[in-house]
Amino acid sequence: MSLLEVNSLSAFYGDFQALFDVDFRAEAGRATAIIGANGAGKSTFLRAVAGFQSPPDEAIRFDGEAIGALKPSRVVGRGVALVPEGRRLFPSLSVEENLKIGGYCGRRGGWTLERVYGLFPVLQERRDAPATALSGGQQQMVAIGRALMGNPRLLMCDEISLGLAPIVIRDIYAALPAILSEGVALVIVEQDIGQALSVAEDVYCFQGGRVTLQGKASDLSRDAISAAYFGV
Amino acid sequence: MIGWLDTILQGLMLGGLYALFATGLSLTFGVMRLVNIAHGDLSILAAYLALVIVQHFGVSPFLSLIAVVPLMAIIGYALQTFLLNDTLGDDILPPLLVTFGLSIVLQNGLMEVFSADSRGLSVGEVQTASLPLGGGIAVGVFPAITLAAAIVVLALMSWLFNSTSLGRALRATSDDQSTAQLMGIDNRRLYAVAMAIAMAVVAVAGVFLAIRTTFDPTSGPARLLYAFEAVIIGGLGSLWGTLAGGMVLGVAQTIGFALSPAWGIAVGHIAFLVVLLIRPNGLFPRTRDA
Repeated sequence: MSLLEVNSLSAFYGDFQALFDVDFRAEAGRATAIIGANGAGKSTFLRAVAGFQSPPDEAIRFDGEAIGALKPSRVVGRGVALVPEGRRLFPSLSVEENLKIGGYCGRRGGWTLERVYGLFPVLQERRDAPATALSGGQQQMVAIGRALMGNPRLLMCDEISLGLAPIVIRDIYAALPAILSEGVALVIVEQDIGQALSVAEDVYCFQGGRVTLQGKASDLSRDAISAAYFGV
Repeated sequence: MIGWLDTILQGLMLGGLYALFATGLSLTFGVMRLVNIAHGDLSILAAYLALVIVQHFGVSPFLSLIAVVPLMAIIGYALQTFLLNDTLGDDILPPLLVTFGLSIVLQNGLMEVFSADSRGLSVGEVQTASLPLGGGIAVGVFPAITLAAAIVVLALMSWLFNSTSLGRALRATSDDQSTAQLMGIDNRRLYAVAMAIAMAVVAVAGVFLAIRTTFDPTSGPARLLYAFEAVIIGGLGSLWGTLAGGMVLGVAQTIGFALSPAWGIAVGHIAFLVVLLIRPNGLFPRTRDA
């Protein structure tokens, strides 16, 4: 049994259907990448798992339990954390307050303020600064740290490299193995295929709201991925 | 000269009362973008609750706060949970309409139960006692208590917002309620808590108003207007700015009254407009926003 099992999940924005019968698995201790072009439904998928859509309860099973109908505030309590696209830090909170509020759900576990500072030492130096005064890369570190403070068993990262310099992206991706080693299931959404495949063992390719390709990263050829990515 | 100093002093203390009214309004707008048109009427409801308690148990109005504050907090929590939460969404009109309706219901309900007679609460000697400050200037004991209460309330709110987990959650929800839910914050429950706090403060404001002056079921809307003006003058989202806003309004009104009894309220409004012209974001807008 996989930690996260999604079965024929559909999602809608009003009359517009954004996801069509998506099946998805994520395993503890493994990284899974979701790649696809803009508008492929990647972010919608992550937000649906986080509770922002109301699919049938059974469409999303986490650790064997149906969570599809739970509200976002309840989903995080089960151990599902989302690092949202664009970071979405709280501007009126300091860096440390942003991290602390990540622990609001009250889940116990190995992640503490000290350990997040250990993972991203630069944040400790800027702990009292308003979160939005940090550089883009540092803000992304806060967003990841904030999600970790809830001690998730499934961590979903939406476009964490978007708009960042390559050297900063490398720093952030360097932190991911340490997170994986805790037994967390990691789901990474990226537009940059190379970046995603550098850490992920499993790959899903989304196109037009459907899964067009899935498999082990090592088994898939670049041509197959390109074909699924662009739909040509 | 002393006369003017005295007038300004009175105005500053009146500002304390306005700040009490404004704090709850500022809180509900800040946290959930809810403009509560019934805010003033709810303060008058609190005044009537105090009146009933004072008449029944023969206690001082100050003592009645022990019951009125939690009662109003419960009313606020229930109001938000069962009525106002369902009006919140992308459209700002439903909460305006519903609270406008609530305002009418409250006024007429109070009229039905208590009649249109003007009432007041008396705290005996404290009401008229004054403290000489020397140099011919004296301040009323009761206005001074009002200002002190406002400062205590604002200090408590400041502590709540800046130093507690609940305060962090309130600020985060104010910034971005959707992302706040990702942190495990149940926004609807948090809104109910925010309304409970706002109504607890409004209870204090209503009782102090009832001691200071007379009130009747239709006294609410004017209180709402002053509260709005104090919030806007002070700058949205700034707690101590609200006190400054209340004081600007209070001083303008007392100076107006000193010039001519007919001009007091109008001078308050003029001061509000002048501040809007010079500093459209208020005197102390929240600066931490990105």
